[in-house]
Amino acid sequence: MAQLFFGYFAGVIAVTAVLVVALRNPIYSALSLLILFFHVAGLYVTLHAEFLAAVQLIVYAGAILVLYLFVVMLLNVKRDDRYHSQWRVAAFVCIPLLLEFLVLLAEGSTAPQLDRLPAEQAAGMGDNTMAIGTTLFTTYLFPFEVASLILLVAMIGAIILAKRDIGESRET
Amino acid sequence: MTIPISYYLILSAIVFLTGIVGVLIRRNIIGILLSIELMLNATNINFVAFSEYFQDLGGQVFVFFALTVAAAEVAIGLAIIIALHRAKDSINIEEFNLLKW
Repeated sequence: MAQLFFGYFAGVIAVTAVLVVALRNPIYSALSLLILFFHVAGLYVTLHAEFLAAVQLIVYAGAILVLYLFVVMLLNVKRDDRYHSQWRVAAFVCIPLLLEFLVLLAEGSTAPQLDRLPAEQAAGMGDNTMAIGTTLFTTYLFPFEVASLILLVAMIGAIILAKRDIGESRET
Repeated sequence: MTIPISYYLILSAIVFLTGIVGVLIRRNIIGILLSIELMLNATNINFVAFSEYFQDLGGQVFVFFALTVAAAEVAIGLAIIIALHRAKDSINIEEFNLLKW
């Protein structure tokens, strides 16, 4: 059963990832990225990360992708009809990466499996959301505060970049 | 019956490679940003898979931070796209060669 779910999610993720790159209309790319986000969330549920699955749906599918679609429609992008002329460089970079990946895969299949920790140790921590909250606010408290600073900087930067220059618009 | 960790690694490697190819061959800046999202999602799949494998919540917490950085990157990136579109009336990456040697 677990294999069935993984096969379905992995298959759809791989296909939609290729579609994001291959489709030429940016709106279709964004919509296949939306399907990919939903299936990644499903994969998180099968990995017992239910809280992250919810956050993935709310933040990625709900906020980030809506922002993308908003900008695509705001700019009224024409479909671009051919790929970048540096696709030879892309092939030159990616074919060695693909070969390395295959070599690592061939060697990795013989690597020993680590023993898993006993399940009752994890079960004592309550549900997933509570455990993540406890970890986030004890061990990772300082990175959490830094993350809020990153969001503040991003907000100010986005406003300043997207705004028309006040001085210029007054003069014209 | 559990899925071996290598399957998750293969899946995320496929998604990551697709993202790299997308960054290199798309001419549309929005397409490039979408490919960056693909790569971030590939690393997130890795983090969650290893978090389940080692029964350690640190991986899931780091997906949280990756999500924060992704949100910041999207906000800044789209603001830059709007500014570029305002300057040149185009978001084709080949038109922006001011800093090219």
